[in-house]
Amino acid sequence: MTVKNTNSAAHVAHPTPQPGAHFDDRRMETIMGRLLQAGVLLASAVVLIGGGLYLKAHAGTPVNYRTFSVEAANLRYPTRLLASLKTGDPAAIVQLGILLLIATPVARVVFAVIGFAIERDRLYVAVSLIVLAVLTFSLLH
Amino acid sequence: MHLLLFTSLVFAGSLAAGLLGALTGLGGGVVLVPLLTLCFHVDIRYAIGASLVSVIATSSGAAAAYVREGFSSVRIGMFLEIATTIGAVFGAFLASRVPIHALAIVFGVVLLYSAWLSWQQTRHPATPQSTANPWSDRLRMSGSYPDGSGGRCAYTVDRVPAGFATMFGAGTLSGLLGIGSGAVKVLAMDRVMRIPFKVSTTTSNFMIGVTAAASAGIYLQRGYIDPGLAFPVMLGVLGGSLLGARYLVRARVSLLRNIFTLVILALGVEMIVNGWMGRS
Repeated sequence: MTVKNTNSAAHVAHPTPQPGAHFDDRRMETIMGRLLQAGVLLASAVVLIGGGLYLKAHAGTPVNYRTFSVEAANLRYPTRLLASLKTGDPAAIVQLGILLLIATPVARVVFAVIGFAIERDRLYVAVSLIVLAVLTFSLLH
Repeated sequence: MHLLLFTSLVFAGSLAAGLLGALTGLGGGVVLVPLLTLCFHVDIRYAIGASLVSVIATSSGAAAAYVREGFSSVRIGMFLEIATTIGAVFGAFLASRVPIHALAIVFGVVLLYSAWLSWQQTRHPATPQSTANPWSDRLRMSGSYPDGSGGRCAYTVDRVPAGFATMFGAGTLSGLLGIGSGAVKVLAMDRVMRIPFKVSTTTSNFMIGVTAAASAGIYLQRGYIDPGLAFPVMLGVLGGSLLGARYLVRARVSLLRNIFTLVILALGVEMIVNGWMGRS
């Protein structure tokens, strides 16, 4: 209860109520939860479509995952993935879904940067930016 | 084996792994890699890649439900994600340098450790009340959670550097083995930093997705994520975990947990033996 009081007191202090006047950590987490759920739903739908087409195209072919061989480069790099998508390659559609899935938690961190900025919490804007920098490094390395 | 049959079997196995992982709270990833390598004879690198994808899916898929409970702390999570993401990048780099037999052995050891933790958790002692730590307020990580009777229960965090270091280790394991390593994350928050158990478990779920995303980019470029294998695994584990979360309250969790613990124990031994004999 005391937490709520201090929050509303802080908001009263603003001369003009901002769009994010009632924005607090709880609200941020609720939006994050929805964001993550939407991202997973979208990614799953794309993977499901791609997977269905993949099965249809290769249903009778024998599988071998026993030995590791680095797959076609155009599936491994987002820029080249686009070219394969244009030809309607089912594996590329699955890979696009997986990219969307990986982007979902990244979007959450981007949203955290915005959320903490609205809260005017510089320390946590910096913290979120560091996490975002590590994620960007790993994705673009 | 033909693709259609293989995909169906992998999907069914992943569904079961996701279901059991959600019901017992241990996560599906930890049994998925042994399942793929030992039963389906998949190369451990493909198995790790597919597992990591499913980890991101389950973590994000469960997020909305966890938020509703009001226990998770976005600040504690974000701060510790610095450690887990850096650890995950480090782990993903290690994964390509460690020989795959060693990878299987490390995985086996983690399985044995998970089994031990799971066995312990049934006798979980109350988290000792943390003493006032100046860093808790300085880093704005002190918070409160609903106590179940309308009020809120305040908490602080303790031993931040030790918790941060443990989180780095959790991230490394996640990047190295393609698992969520939720057990180590909860350990770091609950035992090391003395954060209340419910806050630890829900916050850990958020962190798992971001941690896994940090190594997924590297896995993708290395070709560890094969679309043909990843799609039944991802959809299976996600479906299983959502189903498991729905029936969580009705299931006899203690019996299930005991069975699951034994399964993990057996898989751990088998992974170590196979890795040692060079058969993985």
